[in-house]
This record gives sequence, C-alpha cells and structure tokens, in this order.
Amino acid sequence: MRLQAIAIGLVIVSGVGIFVMSLSTLDSLFNTRETYYREHHFAHIFASLKRAPVSIARRIQEIPGIEKVQARVVATITIDVEGFPEPVSGHLLSLPAQSPGLLNQLYLRTGRLLEPDRDDEVLVSETFANAHGLTPGSKLRATINGRRKTLNIVGIALSPEYIYEIAPGAMFPDHKRYGVLWMAQIPLAAAYDMEGAFNDVSITITKGANEKDVIDRLDELLTPYGGRGAYARHDQFSNRFLSEELKQQQTIATVFPVIFFGVAAFLLNVVISRLIGLEREQIAILKAFGYSNLQVGLHYLKLVLIIVLFGVMGGVLVGAWMGRSLSNIYMDYYRFPFLIYVLQPYVILSAAAISAGVAVLGTMHALRAAAKMPPAQGMLPELPAVYHATLVERLGLQRWLSQPTRMILRHIERHSLKSLISVIGIALACGIMMVGRFQEGAINYMVEVQYGMSQREDLSITFVEPASGRAVYSLASIPGVQHVESYRAVSARLRFAHREYRTAVQGVNPGGDLQRLLDTRLQLIDLPEAGVILTDYLAELLNIKVGDPLIIEVLEGNRPTVQVPVVGLVKQYLGVSAYMQRRALNRLLDEGDVISGAYLAVDEQYQNQVYAELKDIPRIANIIIQRVAIKMFYETLAETILFFTFISTLLGATIAFGVVYNSMRIALSERNRELASMRVLGYTRGEVAYILLGEMALMTLLAVPLGLLIGEGLCAYLAFRFDTDLYRVPLVLHPDVYAFAASVVIGSALLSGYMIWRNLKHLDMVAVLKTKE
Amino acid sequence: MDNPAVHSPPDSADVVFHAHGITKVYQMGEVQVHALRGVDLDLYRGELVVLLGPSGSGKSTLLNILGGLDTVTDGHVFYHDRDLTQASEQQLTEYRRYHVGFVFQFYNLIPSLTAQENVAVVTEIAEKPMQPQEALELVGLGERINHFPAQLSGGEQQRVAIARAIAKNPSVLLCDEPTGALDSKTGVVVLEALERVNREMGTTTVLITHNAGIAAMADRVIHLADGRISEVRINARKAAPRDISW
Repeated sequence: MRLQAIAIGLVIVSGVGIFVMSLSTLDSLFNTRETYYREHHFAHIFASLKRAPVSIARRIQEIPGIEKVQARVVATITIDVEGFPEPVSGHLLSLPAQSPGLLNQLYLRTGRLLEPDRDDEVLVSETFANAHGLTPGSKLRATINGRRKTLNIVGIALSPEYIYEIAPGAMFPDHKRYGVLWMAQIPLAAAYDMEGAFNDVSITITKGANEKDVIDRLDELLTPYGGRGAYARHDQFSNRFLSEELKQQQTIATVFPVIFFGVAAFLLNVVISRLIGLEREQIAILKAFGYSNLQVGLHYLKLVLIIVLFGVMGGVLVGAWMGRSLSNIYMDYYRFPFLIYVLQPYVILSAAAISAGVAVLGTMHALRAAAKMPPAQGMLPELPAVYHATLVERLGLQRWLSQPTRMILRHIERHSLKSLISVIGIALACGIMMVGRFQEGAINYMVEVQYGMSQREDLSITFVEPASGRAVYSLASIPGVQHVESYRAVSARLRFAHREYRTAVQGVNPGGDLQRLLDTRLQLIDLPEAGVILTDYLAELLNIKVGDPLIIEVLEGNRPTVQVPVVGLVKQYLGVSAYMQRRALNRLLDEGDVISGAYLAVDEQYQNQVYAELKDIPRIANIIIQRVAIKMFYETLAETILFFTFISTLLGATIAFGVVYNSMRIALSERNRELASMRVLGYTRGEVAYILLGEMALMTLLAVPLGLLIGEGLCAYLAFRFDTDLYRVPLVLHPDVYAFAASVVIGSALLSGYMIWRNLKHLDMVAVLKTKE
Repeated sequence: MDNPAVHSPPDSADVVFHAHGITKVYQMGEVQVHALRGVDLDLYRGELVVLLGPSGSGKSTLLNILGGLDTVTDGHVFYHDRDLTQASEQQLTEYRRYHVGFVFQFYNLIPSLTAQENVAVVTEIAEKPMQPQEALELVGLGERINHFPAQLSGGEQQRVAIARAIAKNPSVLLCDEPTGALDSKTGVVVLEALERVNREMGTTTVLITHNAGIAAMADRVIHLADGRISEVRINARKAAPRDISW
C-alpha cells in the first residue's frame, strides 16, 4: 500500500512538475519582456531618414496621438578589435543625456554612463563585449565617417532595442562581427555634421492612438528628408525575432506538458483503480460492519486526495525549481538584463484540479464496482472473468496459436480499452522523441538549401551609399577575391489587393553563380528580363499568384510606385524577398548602372588579406561573412537543440518506460495467480514471462508504427506553427529520426521487460494454492 | 521402528515417494513456525492416500514438498531414485512438468481459455499426454469442452482442473482440498472423477481434506497433527464416493 501510494505520488509529481515548469517558464519570459519594455520605455514606432533639422522633430510631436519623440543620430561604422583580423561592423547610436522617460533606455550592466561632451567615450552592448572579452577600460578602434578613432569603453549596456542583436541583412546573430555602441549626442552629431539635425527617430504613442495613422503622417512628414518608411514595434527586428521565438516556445510549452500530463493522468487512473480493486475485501468487511457506500467511498476518496495533495505539492516545488533553472538558461539566451520569475496561481490551480479530477474519476470508477456487490460476495473469490475467442482465432488461425499466445490475444481483446490506452501512451512517447530529433535534421536541410544551393557567397558587402556598377572591378582586383557579383537592393512596400508587406526588392544579375534562385522543386530558375519573382511564402502572405500584378512602392530615392507582374516563385526557408534582374530594377528606379553591394567568393588562403583590404574601403558599410555566420549559428543552435533533444528523449523514454513498466506491473499483480498456477503446472519462468512480455511486446510493436505516424503529425504541426516570414522549418524527416525514436521506445520496453522478468522470480507458487485471490 | 507410514512394501520397486526425516521451519517475522517436525513417509504406486488433519497440522506443507513447490529445512524426499531436496529450480520445474498433476481448492483455471484449452495448457508441454478431449470425457465433461470457466459451475471447473492434472499422464496426482469450495453433491461428482482416474489409470493420488468422511475412499489414511504423523490407517475396504457420508 505504501509503495502503491508512492508510485501514485511520483506519477503526479512528474506530471505536475513538467506542467508547472513549462507554463511558468513561458509566463516568466513574457512577463520579463513586458517589464523590460515598459520600464525601459521601448518605443512604439521607429523611423530612419537621411537628415532632417531638429525642428522637424518638434513637428512630429504635433502629430495627434504622439506621446514622446526622441530624435537621434545613428551611424554605421566599422570596428577594429585588437587581435581580431576579420571585419567587424557596428551601429553607433547617439545617446541623449540620461533623463527620466528617455525612450529605449539602456540597462547599464557595468561601468558608467557617458560624459555628454566626450567624443572618445562609448558604451558597448553586452553581447559584443562578452564575445571579445571587453570591459570598461578596454579600447577599440573605429572608422567613424571615414576617420579612424580610438574609443574608450566606459560601460557595458543592454538595450530593449537589441535583445536580438543581428547585423542588418544577416539571418543569424554573430556577436563577434557585429556590435552596437553608444556615444554621447553632441560629439556623434558633430562627427557626422548632424549638429541640430537627426537621422533616426523613436516615438511612443498615447493609449488609444491609431498606430497606422501616426505612421502615415510620419511618413508624409519625413519623405522630403529621405525617410525610409516608419515601422511599428511589431516590425522592429529584435522584437520580431524575439516574438517568433517566444511563439515557438509557447507551442512547445503547451504540446509537451499536455502529452506528458495526459499520460500521467492515465497512469494515475490505472494505478488508483488497481489500488481500490485490491481493497475489495476490506471494502466488503467495512460494509459488513454497517458502513454505507457513501462512507466507504468518502474514506477512499480522502485517502486518494491526500496522496494527490502531496503529489501536487511535490510537483509544484519540483516544477518551480526546474522552471527557475530553465528560465535562467533562456535569460542567457535571450539577453534579458534581469529575470522576473512568475508562478501564476492559475498554473498551480489547474495542475491540482486536473490531478485531483483524474484521481477522483479513477477512484469513483473502481469504487462503483466494489460498492455494487453485496459484502458477502466481496469476501468470496472473484468470479472468473468472461472471455471469448478473439477475432484472429475466429478467422481460423486458432490452431496455429499455442495456449499462452491465445491468453495474450484474449487478454488484450478483453481489456481492449486499457490496451489501446497503453498503445497510445507508448506511441506518444515515440512521437515526442521524433520531435526532438526532427528539429536538427530540418535545420540542417534548411541551411543546406539556403546556403549550399542558393546563397553561396563567402562574403556579402553593402556600400554606405549606392555606388556605380564599376565598383565591382575594384573589388575583383583585390588579391584572393575569386568572383564578384553585384546586387541592388531597395526597401519597398509590396501590395496586392488589400494585403501589403514591407521587404527589400533584390536586383540580382541573371546567370549568377553566387546568388541563385531555386523554384519550389529546388531547380534553378532563370531570372526573366521583366517581372518579379517572389519567395513562395511571401506569395502566400500576399495571396498572389504567378501572373498577378504586384504593386511595388519603393521607399527610397524618388520613391516610384510601379506595377510589375509576378513571373515566378522561389523556394526559400529564411527570410522573404522579391527578386528582379538588377538592370530591370535600375530602370525601374530611373537610375543608371547602380549597385547597393556585392557578393564575393574568396580564396580561403587569402581571406585575412581580403578582410584587411575591405576594412580600408570607407564606403563599405557592412560586411557579412556567410560561412562564419552559419558556423556561429550552428554553435548557438547546437546547444539549444542538444538541450531540447535531451529533454524530449528523456521525456519520451520516461513515458515509454512508465507506461510499459506500469502496465506490466499491474498485469503481473492482476495475473499473479494465473501465472503462478502455470508455474505449478510445470511452466518455466521464461514460458510464463512470455505471456506477460509477449503481450507487452505485441503492444509495443503496434505502438511503434502508430508512434511514428503521431511523430510525423507532431513534427508537421510544429513545422506549421513555426512558419513565419523570418523562416520556415521544412518537414524533413530522415530515416534516422524514425530509427532513433523506435529504438528508444523498444529499449525502454526491453528494460521494463527485464525488470518484470526479475520480479517473476518471486512469484509465490505456494500462496496461490491456498489463497482465493 | 514400527512406523506404519513406512511399512514394508509388497515390492520396493513400487515405492513412488520415499520421504525421510523431513522438517520444515518457516520464519514468520520474528516467530519460527515448525510446520513439519521430522516426517517419514513412503507412498506406493497406484494407491490413493488421504491426508487428514486440522489447520496448521502441516499437511499442505507436506503436499507442497512432495510436489516440488517448496523446499525442506532438513531431511530428504526421493521421487523414485531422484532426491527432490537436492534438485535445482530448473529440475523441479521439469519434475512438475512431466510427473506431477495438481488439483487446487480454488481450481486455478485460466479464465481466458476454454475447458479444452485449459487442458491443452498442460498437454502442449507434456511428454506423452492424452488428448484434451479424452481427459475431459474421463471427468464427464465431454460435452462442455468449448466453455470458458465463467460459463461453468464450481464442480465443473474443478473437474476441468482434474482433467488438466491427469491429461499429462502423471505418476502422481496431488489434490489440496479439491472439494473444499464445493457443496456435497458436486463434491461427490469430483471425488468420483478422482477415484475413477486412480482406478483406471493407476495414478498414485494424494488427497488433502478436512472432511474425515472422505477418508473412507482411501487405501490409506494418514493423520497429521502438529507437524507429525499421528496415525496411519489402512482401509480394508474402500468406500465408493457416493456412499460417503459428508
């Protein structure tokens, strides 16, 4: 009885634990982000422009619905970190003197804030500082507006704008090669001839203000000053990435505990039913003494609820502890300055309610059976259960089956619901494990298609200002550069019917070797001379088909709006874009042979020389080293995925083991007498084990294919839920994903089988001769 | 020593069991229970022996030791020339499998198998078994072979158990209170089945009972009390089961 109670308790502890851990972690992440945004006055609307006088900022303030306007200077710089040969790019932001209510307020981790007039002092972002081991007192060299300058780091800071710190145009964070720096307003404005002017603005709006209207008014106001289109917080890069990631966490944090809790609930129900079943005789005695069904029922209900209470308390404690640890891991990952761990009452209450509900249901079910019979009968041996020949046997296969095999089949059929639930439990375990492994394969595939087949450059560079197409020749002349392909990119608003999407239109050269477009079957596409090709996902977002006219509203230069037919779709797992021939885009913009940047293939042996040369070209704003970025991405991701795979494997194996072992334990105690009788009749331990293990083996064999199907479904569901305009996770399941899940399930079944085999040694043959049941 | 339980056999080759000085001590918590205190006993081919005695007299322990289900604390039990007290677990399993038939008070049928299949459980693993059908006919259940235990009365279930025990053609049939859970009318039918098997197949049969009346059908009646044989009686004339006063 004590052991049974402990077993029930442990099932509840693990179910509640996982539930509390997942939900509290999720709540904490959301809550931390909200608090961070609120306390640090993260802006609602952002806009960048070429240059506007400060008086314009005052006019912005007059737009109805605007609460606060903060103008600043933002510059792209290249950074030289001592002992690091590769090019490092960064953003240098002007920081007004610290005042209450300042937007996008920094969180100062160490050091001090800036002196308002010092032009050699900077704050650096924590991720960048950590990547290079920089501390207050360290020095950096940077090219600011073409002039080399030595900068003293006075503090390390975090910003709500850069929770996700990614270089513009890059898909993966690379903290070694991209950083964010802050300099005091006055000296930075002076360095860029921006005294009394600004090129970037952050805005908060009042409650109830119409965000869209404000953005439209803002665009109207800024267009003459080279405004590049204002955007709201949900389009802000760091926030968008974070939101997508949290959305994924939400999916995982709900799917997993639901499965695990479901299985735990099933085990709880089975174990409690069994417990009450064993108490049959005591129930009869109590009733013989004159206790009513209600009194007997309440007695057992109290017993069960006490166990549940302890289980839930244990589960909440374990879950809160695990949740806090997990939240800390995430905090590191997401670069929050602080963590606010919350365990909301609804989490505890729903965990307790589900546990208690399931336990009470199991108790009632078993009690009803026990209460139905008269006391005298309760004290007699249980009547033999009613069986009949199974379907398989009625089909005429009977004579091929030995008696023990018939016992297996008939037992499964008689307890078909229980067997079915066991099979589903094992299948779910199998499915969970596939999810863990699926992510890894999917990401490999995604990267292979995107960077192995489509974007094959080693480096991509962006010029500060669009340049002449001839710039390609000077790049190609750098020793070590093997191949150069130019591109033109403009930010634009794409519209079809009432839908619109803001992205870049990429003008690429037809027949390029570095930038290649793939159709939905991953075949190379020849870029036609006219028309635009869209990422398949973008076409879905705009609900546009090949042949439909797309309206392109360019947000740069003289801002033309044109209508271009969609001539094809490309397969892309990362980002969404519209593609045209570069010359066609030039014509559309009414410009000559102009490029925004170039893709480079570089001989690996010369890469450091190439980097050094590129660093010396002042009009290069930004260099993305593709291969390194991918490597970095894998390193970050590997940790997360490893953790995730570990958790899901552990979960899956626990569930598989829990279901198999518990089912067999219960079967063993229920069929104890039958099996002992067979031992008496001269059956060996192995032959008797066959009856139990054979039943389990059969169920496992049924469960594995079902589990692989469920796993496929779960993976498809997650892949679908993970689809965003930032990236799409392809549903790619390699055979090893199936093999792994199946082997872990079979392994868990074998392990519990072995433990049952050891239990069979203690089967008491003498006792069965004398006892009734 | 004049011990009637080990009296000179007509032919020593007819001795099936030879037990010598068997002692069995159980450890029940902190208490030692002496179930058997040095029992000497010979059982002969084809005889029907009834073990009588009150609860705790050691008769079930003795039966379990003879059947290879329990071990002795001291002494030796020979089945023909094989010492059961020295046998391994595997050898005991084999011994039960090929040589011993058991009948239990609570039948211990497999509920998921029909009467015929319950018998087949044993015939499938035996060396020279009879057909399950044949065994069931022997106990008068030829008509009910496809019934599951839940569809049979207590007496019928016990007769299936007997059919299961004899179907392997065992050398010994060990019955622990076979009529204990039955009313007198059904009990007689079961006893008749046992008597018939003993008579027609010559199976050495040992039958434990509380019911002194049943002793009338035995060749020999052995009384146990307090772990010792207290009396052995040889029936000059065996009574037929239906004549037994219950």
